[in-house]
Amino acid sequence: MIRLVIALVAGSIFGAGLAYSGMSDPARVQGFLDLFGYWDPTLAFVMGGAIIPMAIAWLVQRRIEKPFADTQFSLPGTQIIDRKLAIGAVLFGAGWGISGLCPGPGLADLAINPLPALVFVAAMLAGMLVHRVTN
Amino acid sequence: MLAAFPHAMPFEGLIGGLMIGVAAALMLLGLGRIAGVSGLAARATGIADGGAPRSVAIAFIIGLPLGAFLMSLATGGVVTRFPPSVIPMILGGLLVGFGTRLGSGCTSGHGVCGMSRLSRRSLIATAIFMASGFATVALMRLGGLL
Repeated sequence: MIRLVIALVAGSIFGAGLAYSGMSDPARVQGFLDLFGYWDPTLAFVMGGAIIPMAIAWLVQRRIEKPFADTQFSLPGTQIIDRKLAIGAVLFGAGWGISGLCPGPGLADLAINPLPALVFVAAMLAGMLVHRVTN
Repeated sequence: MLAAFPHAMPFEGLIGGLMIGVAAALMLLGLGRIAGVSGLAARATGIADGGAPRSVAIAFIIGLPLGAFLMSLATGGVVTRFPPSVIPMILGGLLVGFGTRLGSGCTSGHGVCGMSRLSRRSLIATAIFMASGFATVALMRLGGLL
């Protein structure tokens, strides 16, 4: 139960942060990617702000044996840099540019602007499903 | 706020970014897991089998719109400017869904969690999806779509 509460609280803080930072606004995200238009650097501040607490968290993580509310750390250990990683990132970046949305803001926007967000999220889940059945 | 970039919100960006980082830190230090939204969304919907317990993934994913809704209430509304057509939503969504699964992560997993860990894999993935995003929007501008 405590794990579900932590996950819900973490998701809520994440969603609130996306909304406060302007990252739930597709036009603002697209503005960051629009180097030849009215470039909007806000996303760089968001990324910088997010990396600060996480960098500290990684330092703490190395010094503790297990997380506070679970029995072990379950972290990605793979270091492989392959075509899948590269092609996946190219496709994701293209979709991000076309829509101005990545998965977090798409889901957060379900509560702010439900109709277009639902279209995006449904298409995103369909894309994930296509990956699953083809791999 | 920045003289050269009249649309920028550096203060809100930094504060909102800190909140996102704190949320990811809570997942890491509390549950021992990466706050990667694409992976958790796939897990919550049953599209992915491995990773976090499904109930944990569902709780996190429900939190995203819940937190955004509460922030919208607290600040008197959050601006979201979507493209007028559904075509970019459908095409973008398909590419984001497929690409994040193939590339094992998105802006949160590779960008926030991986880069702060100095994971070479995540640094490369982030550089590629950023470059791809810049190139895509540049092509859209060139093609008169923006």
